[in-house]
Amino acid sequence: MPIMIQNKIIKKQEGMINSEDRPAICKLILEDGTEFCGKSFGAEMPTAGEVVFNTGMVGYPESFTDPSYAGQILVLTYPLIGNYGIPLIKKEGGVRKYFESEKIHIKGLVVSEYSKKHNHWQAENSLGNWLKKNNIAAIEGIDTRALTKKLRTKGVMLGKIIAGNGDVEFYNPNNELLAKTVSTKKIVTYKAGKKSVALIDMGVKNNIIRSFLKRGVTVVRIPWDYDFCKIKSSGIFISNGPGDPKTCKITIDNIKKYLSKNKPTFGICFGNQLLALAAGGDTYKLKFGHRSQNQPCVESGTRRCYITSQNHGYAVNAKKLPAGWKEWFYNANDNTNEGIKHKTKPFMSVQFHPEAMPGPTDTDFLFDEFIKMLK
Amino acid sequence: MTLKHIKLKKVILLGSGALKIGEAGEFDYSGSQAIKALKEEKIKVVLVNPNIATIQTSEHLADKIYFLPVNLYFVTEIIKKERPDGIMLAFGGQTALNCGLELAKTGVLEKYKVRVLGTSVKTIKDTEDRKLFNQKLEEIKVRYAKSFAVKTGRDALIAAKKLGYPVMLRAAFALGGKHSGIVKNEKELNEKASQALADVPQILIEECLVKWKEIEYEVVRDQYDNCLTVCNMENFDPMGIHTGESIVVAPSQTLTNHEYHKLREIAIKTVRHLGIVGECNIQYAVNTKSDDYRVIEVNARLSRSSALASKATGYPLAFIAAKLALGHSLIELPNSITRATQACFEPALDYIVVKMPRWDLKKFKNSYHAIGSEMKSVGEVMAVGRKFEEALQKAIRMLDIGMYGLVQNNIKFANGLSEEMKNPTEQRIFAVAEAIKKGIRINDIYKYTGIDKWFLYKLKNIVDAELKLYSEKLEKNLLLEAKQVGFSDKQIAKITNHKTSEIRDLRKKYKILPVVKQIDTLAAEYPAKTNYLYMTYNGSENDLGPEKKSIITLGSGVYRIGSSVEFDWCAVNATITAKKIGYKTIMINYNPETVSTDYDICDRLYFDEISFERVLDIYEFENPVGINLSVGGQIANNLAMELYKAKVKVIGTSPKNIDRAENRHKFSSLLDKLKINQPAWKELISIEHAKNFATKVGYPVLVRPSYVLSGAAMNIVPDQESLVNCLEQATMVSPEHPVVISKFITNAREIEIDGVAQKGKLKIYAISEHVENAGIHSGDATLVLPPQRTYLETVRRCKVITKKIIQALNITGPFNIQFLAVNNSVKVIECNLRASRSFPFVSKVTKYNFIELATKAMLGHDISGNYNTLDFDYVAVKVPQFSYSRIKGADPVLYVEMGSTGEVACFGEGIKEALQKAMYATGFKAPRKNILISVGGLENKIEMIEACRKLISMGYHIYSTHHTYDFLNENGIKAILVHKISHHKKPDVLDVIKGGKVDFVINIPNSLKKEIISDGYLMRRAAIDYNVPLITNVRLAKLFIDSIYKKKLPDLRIKSWDEYKK
Repeated sequence: MPIMIQNKIIKKQEGMINSEDRPAICKLILEDGTEFCGKSFGAEMPTAGEVVFNTGMVGYPESFTDPSYAGQILVLTYPLIGNYGIPLIKKEGGVRKYFESEKIHIKGLVVSEYSKKHNHWQAENSLGNWLKKNNIAAIEGIDTRALTKKLRTKGVMLGKIIAGNGDVEFYNPNNELLAKTVSTKKIVTYKAGKKSVALIDMGVKNNIIRSFLKRGVTVVRIPWDYDFCKIKSSGIFISNGPGDPKTCKITIDNIKKYLSKNKPTFGICFGNQLLALAAGGDTYKLKFGHRSQNQPCVESGTRRCYITSQNHGYAVNAKKLPAGWKEWFYNANDNTNEGIKHKTKPFMSVQFHPEAMPGPTDTDFLFDEFIKMLK
Repeated sequence: MTLKHIKLKKVILLGSGALKIGEAGEFDYSGSQAIKALKEEKIKVVLVNPNIATIQTSEHLADKIYFLPVNLYFVTEIIKKERPDGIMLAFGGQTALNCGLELAKTGVLEKYKVRVLGTSVKTIKDTEDRKLFNQKLEEIKVRYAKSFAVKTGRDALIAAKKLGYPVMLRAAFALGGKHSGIVKNEKELNEKASQALADVPQILIEECLVKWKEIEYEVVRDQYDNCLTVCNMENFDPMGIHTGESIVVAPSQTLTNHEYHKLREIAIKTVRHLGIVGECNIQYAVNTKSDDYRVIEVNARLSRSSALASKATGYPLAFIAAKLALGHSLIELPNSITRATQACFEPALDYIVVKMPRWDLKKFKNSYHAIGSEMKSVGEVMAVGRKFEEALQKAIRMLDIGMYGLVQNNIKFANGLSEEMKNPTEQRIFAVAEAIKKGIRINDIYKYTGIDKWFLYKLKNIVDAELKLYSEKLEKNLLLEAKQVGFSDKQIAKITNHKTSEIRDLRKKYKILPVVKQIDTLAAEYPAKTNYLYMTYNGSENDLGPEKKSIITLGSGVYRIGSSVEFDWCAVNATITAKKIGYKTIMINYNPETVSTDYDICDRLYFDEISFERVLDIYEFENPVGINLSVGGQIANNLAMELYKAKVKVIGTSPKNIDRAENRHKFSSLLDKLKINQPAWKELISIEHAKNFATKVGYPVLVRPSYVLSGAAMNIVPDQESLVNCLEQATMVSPEHPVVISKFITNAREIEIDGVAQKGKLKIYAISEHVENAGIHSGDATLVLPPQRTYLETVRRCKVITKKIIQALNITGPFNIQFLAVNNSVKVIECNLRASRSFPFVSKVTKYNFIELATKAMLGHDISGNYNTLDFDYVAVKVPQFSYSRIKGADPVLYVEMGSTGEVACFGEGIKEALQKAMYATGFKAPRKNILISVGGLENKIEMIEACRKLISMGYHIYSTHHTYDFLNENGIKAILVHKISHHKKPDVLDVIKGGKVDFVINIPNSLKKEIISDGYLMRRAAIDYNVPLITNVRLAKLFIDSIYKKKLPDLRIKSWDEYKK
């Protein structure tokens, strides 16, 4: 078996590559010059993005199809990935089951070990083939713990995976209006019941839509820049999505307008940030964000704590909440804001993901609370 | 009203007693953590636990310790005396839980106003009683396995008919799945149901879920309804094999997000509905072809799995559970591993953990090796890695059963591979590896075993790597790849025809070194101040640098028969002492049931192999002041010479001298040189030579082969025929595999000295005597301290010999010497230059911490002093705990090979009081009415006369088999005749045992001959299977009868440890 000699590469990190059938030299390069050598198991093409890590131990198909990851190279800290393959793709009520959108949104994937052989009764494909088919680069054989420690210390960084031939420039997704790329292009209605919600799609996850539908609430999915004040609905929902919320000026203005109607408003993740900005608050970028399925969130003023799924790089500044608003949830680990609520009006939002997928379903009841408000 | 408003002053905590199969060291860990949690709140702790070898019964932890049985009578008496305001039932396994239920049922708790902390008695009942449990699950629409609770064999048959065979039989209120099993037909059901119903009032006939995945979650909940799952685990072996018998991985590997979180949600829903406060474990069966699942059970207490989960994640489950039981909320408690985050979170792992059970079935003649839904394993190991293959191969080596890893083991499968896979024994995993090697398709292996194909593919990766090592040149990448999938240097050396040292050198040349990683509960998300470490080849960077001025201590490794919690006590105390002196302490151990692997014991914990390779890796990385390998038992001690040759600084006695004591040859010639008596012995290389030597010294002789094919390693043989049999069938005798034969001295007493020496001088010693005569392994013997029937002259002679040996071997540190005494003549039979099994016992009885002294001595601190270790106003007796009821088929008779799984020790004003308490502490019940006595050999019969008279005078009825019956009648002792089973006359022995006619059995075997199936064997086995107390040793029988003759239950004093003053 031919063994590629890697001494041509200037390595800052000693690699941990297997000798086995390595197709080509594959490496992850960070903007500070650090290189990690590994083995490609996705598409043979260079890719660039913002390098972020997630500590969840299950749910890679759900994560990779989450639009909030648009523009990002995802590092998974759990070392064995691909174990149960990729499930059969089927639709339920117009929404794909097990996938959070129509396509893979991550720009690239970094893992310690890719399980070449998978086994699950629902599996239709292997992770590697699925990534290849969808032109997503992936690298294995990386000390993802060392990499995560670097990102945690220095903050998220830009990076690129060089798989196959060619090179690319570093790319910063946060300079872009990412919502535009992931939002629906036209209004889509999912019929379910009498109550209806206008869902502002900033890159919505399918399970948010499913969460409304299974409760008998009709969803009207609206493009990010559409003036939804014109739409007839019982209330609005502002979705999750990628990037810096401050880039979405049009949406923020629309929300501001809508708030004056005093109608039920609920936001998740990016939606939490947009609602805060629309209300007159502020957001900022976290050093390395929250991306995991084990974030403890305490409901302010209570002893109740919920384990939540999260995926965000920006946060609401709890100290700069406008008058009339209060902090609803906070993170028990680092005390950052996890939700805001208006003291008198039916406006509320959370930074975490009550719809889970992937992750724990502890806060699923928030959908019920919101739906109760809808008239 | 919440608990917060109640000020607790004193809490009683129930321990689990002796280690037994199904209930082992994990409860020392959980109890110790609970005590720490209580002490932090300044609550006084009263601990009841007769297990003297535990850390929780150490001086510095609980305020009061009662070395008394954990049962209704004794705990009630302790409550009357201590008047605690709270009780904790969740930290002492099923023993504590069952005792707690009885205390509640009998109204004791109510009467003395003792509040049950944590999960309520009602909830415990809801989880323990299958019918109530199913009802509870029904209420919240959670699926459970269909089952019928029945109280008679007839109802069992009806239930099975409804479900259709095969069905699962389970016993309620039984620890570790005792009596449980798959039943294939009516005949089997008849048999098993009546056995189980003799032990428990109710059994369950359940729907059979064989080959479904088995998944567990560990759940914590506080009284404010915060609830989370700390860890989930997946069994490598599917349903049908008890989780204690399964290889287990954490986290689950084959579940999707949907499955993982669905089961998590159900776990939380169930735990909330049941109203558990603290910690519990929920087990599922998960269908492999659909979304279907069943809840199998909820354990409303700390368990084996919770100890594993705690070590696997770094989340201190027992400590948190205790805090929650005191009324705290999860959000008030910090995460003590990270010291930066909260207890209210779910750990994220960035490694994989593999747990493997250790069995000792080969130690028991006649025992069934099949593994299934009943627990038989005696210990377990946990390996950490960043690949499954890496962790698995580590785990296999950790078992210390002579395996190199998954491959390279030369195992013969007597029943053939496919049979081994279909009907698993403890060797199944090796059969699977062999099958893969032979080219049997993964699909077929799956059909045979039901093991998820994902795991099988991983095993195949190891087999493939082995093949590559055979066929390709050992270059850098191949060597790295082999190390990444968990091959040891030794394994690689064997495949590639190198010396192990050459592989190590090659590795170093290529800079292939393992890296040190932290276990931090959050996958590096936040900086954590954790000292919990492992090594892996699947990484490129160390998480930290070496510690300064450190001492490495090697822990006990896997618990097995002959080495368990006592060595954990030693390792922990050695570490604490080194810390006190001012060293940084590093512990290496891989046993998840231990306290030494708790994050708060040492400065650094390496959860890794105790092998020459790994210890040297760690040594070279840490560059410590020295390494202590004399407190971890035999695994650690065995590394002495190799490490010494690698220029490792070993503290204490020089490894060269350790070798002089360990090596039979060298030690015997040393004794000859010192003119110390020893039984005549010789190392022999052929059966002919063996026969000649045995004839010369006279039978019986003790045979110790160096290579064992099957059965026990040691044997006493009474005559030439047995000698030839033993050497031909069970062992191999050749120049490469010599056999050691020594004269076996009958009717000798056995005496042990445990002590500490420094620079060749004796500093402290304790002398204890065995109740039984020589011929019984010291681990199975009943030990008495201070000695009651040893002459002062004998003591003096033992001491003189000890001093001579100490000087000759220049001992610094702990040692143990065993003697035989006939009258005043003393012979040395064994010497170990390490801490022995009895160190915690002698330390706690004499109230001098021998390990503390030994560690100080080894670190160069003068420990001279006047220690009174002979003359106290009390006596302590250590009694073995057997688990024969778990090891089906095994002959429950005392022998030269150790068979006990644990031990207890109790104190008394005299030996009779102490012995009785200790016997009860192992679950023994005093006879009520009718005793079956069958004594072999005239000598034994004569010895028993007095005892039998006493029994009659106490009003007992004696049932006897033929010869004993005749003998008793001749001596004017009235007995009732019962026939031997082989006589085919009614009523026979089996009838009276099975029918509950007799409630106590004394069977003294005739000779030293180990017969395969005899009447005696059948009688003993029946006693075990029908849960009737059994004594098989004449000395012990006499002492016990004398004890109940002189002391009744109310005469046994309820005194705590500190009330026994010297």
